[in-house]
Amino acid sequence: MVQIKELTRYYGQTCAVDNLNFEIPKGQILGLLGPNGAGKTTTLRILTGYLQPTSGTIYVDGIDVKEDPLAVKKMIGYLPESSPIYPDMIVFDYLLFIAEMRGIEKDRQINRIKELAEICSLKEVMHKTVMNLSKGYKQRVGLALALMSDPDILVLDEPTSGLDPNQIVEIRSIIKEIGKTKTIIFSTHILSEAEATCDRVVIINNGAIAADGSTEVLKTSEGGTSLVSLTLQNADKDDIAAVLKGFTGIKETSYNKSGDTLEVKLSCAEDIRAALYSEIKKKDWILLEFKQERKSLEHIFRELTKDN
Amino acid sequence: MTARSIAIIYKREFKTFFTSPGAYIIISLFLIITGWFFFASFFLEGRADMRNFFALLPIIFAFSIPAVAMRLFSEEFKSGSFEILKTLPVTELDIIAGKYLASLLFALIMLAPTLVYPVFISTLGDLDWGPVVGGYIGAVFLAGAFSAIGVFASSTTKNQVVAFIISASICFFLTVINQSLVFLPSFLTGFLQYLSTSYHFSNVAKGIIDSRDIIYFLTLIFLTLYATYLINKERS
Repeated sequence: MVQIKELTRYYGQTCAVDNLNFEIPKGQILGLLGPNGAGKTTTLRILTGYLQPTSGTIYVDGIDVKEDPLAVKKMIGYLPESSPIYPDMIVFDYLLFIAEMRGIEKDRQINRIKELAEICSLKEVMHKTVMNLSKGYKQRVGLALALMSDPDILVLDEPTSGLDPNQIVEIRSIIKEIGKTKTIIFSTHILSEAEATCDRVVIINNGAIAADGSTEVLKTSEGGTSLVSLTLQNADKDDIAAVLKGFTGIKETSYNKSGDTLEVKLSCAEDIRAALYSEIKKKDWILLEFKQERKSLEHIFRELTKDN
Repeated sequence: MTARSIAIIYKREFKTFFTSPGAYIIISLFLIITGWFFFASFFLEGRADMRNFFALLPIIFAFSIPAVAMRLFSEEFKSGSFEILKTLPVTELDIIAGKYLASLLFALIMLAPTLVYPVFISTLGDLDWGPVVGGYIGAVFLAGAFSAIGVFASSTTKNQVVAFIISASICFFLTVINQSLVFLPSFLTGFLQYLSTSYHFSNVAKGIIDSRDIIYFLTLIFLTLYATYLINKERS
């Protein structure tokens, strides 16, 4: 549905997007992750026709955004970052303006606005001026405008930034609901969000792809380290450190002593659980807990993007 | 570029003018200033014509129209709403044309109440309608040119005050060079006179509608709007 090809964009001397290549198939919910300034917004702005690429291009349903931006714009619904809606307009007037701009026929406009008010729960604020709305409502108005023409592709730039936890859950459930039938691309730097809503995650850093895959795949494959945590009773930190010295491949160890229990966390290149257990069995420590932790997306994210 | 999208943008912009107090303040100030200066000398001279009114108009337009047009693009850049507008299925030309027409129509509405002056004057004496009609036709072109300059200045910055200063300076310059020709080297006068909006306006306001003056105004409008288009392109 969307093909990003050798996309590069410079702002003066600064390279925001550097030879980016990936494809988004129809019906996927894609999360674009990355630290601030990684090039997420720039990529989305080029896709939606707000910015021009320096070189390379994006094809939407086979149409080049550089050649026929109007046709591409028709297929895309876009919610820019922080939902910059005309502050002096009434919500209803604003939606009507968007409906007209999107070329919805006159007799269908009111019905469509009613439908959107239902989907985005905007009924109570229809008569209010945009500048008097809370951030959550503003975001929902923004979402309604993106959905207006029932587009095949929905592009959302940080749709949940600045919202409270309840509003975040609401927006996410709307995204998930819409995502059943549409292609959605949204950017975020909140990792739990990507985890909760996306089929696929692309992490970009310094304008290039750092990782690409489903959250499940990313968690098990990236970095090649496994995390083990164990809780011991009657054990001394130095004794354990001595035992651990016997193992090769341990990258990091952290200890956390509380009362007479000691929590040890290890990250190592290979799975050492079996060998470690037989070592522990030889001592008279009491093993309270022993588990392999799966790497969190946060961990992967930090590892991939820690150079800045 | 379609007439439909231009019309929608123009309608929204035009409505927005009237949802803020700024528009009413500009209209009031315009009418008070033109009315005051015109009638202050009208009764002293005791001539039933509007020559003084049309002599005054370019300089007042040079400040009032930039004040109308300054927010058209600047405000959108500042609030970021331009991102939504530009990613709707419209071209840059639609946006510029819509905003320009809104500004022009606003200027004409600002001017419209002054139409009672000639009606009033004709009751006092024998008014020659030729120069009056010419003056109003010239005023439409003048408003068109200054609106285009206002739209252009607004597209160069996200600060409305800066936009106002830029466009008011350009309009002021184009208005006063005709009066300052005596200070300038003689080989430039012909060219500078041709450049001056007030020169062409005064020609039309005499009641002589010459194609040269019309071409001047249309060229000025076209070039300024084209520059606006180029600036917008450069921005992306």
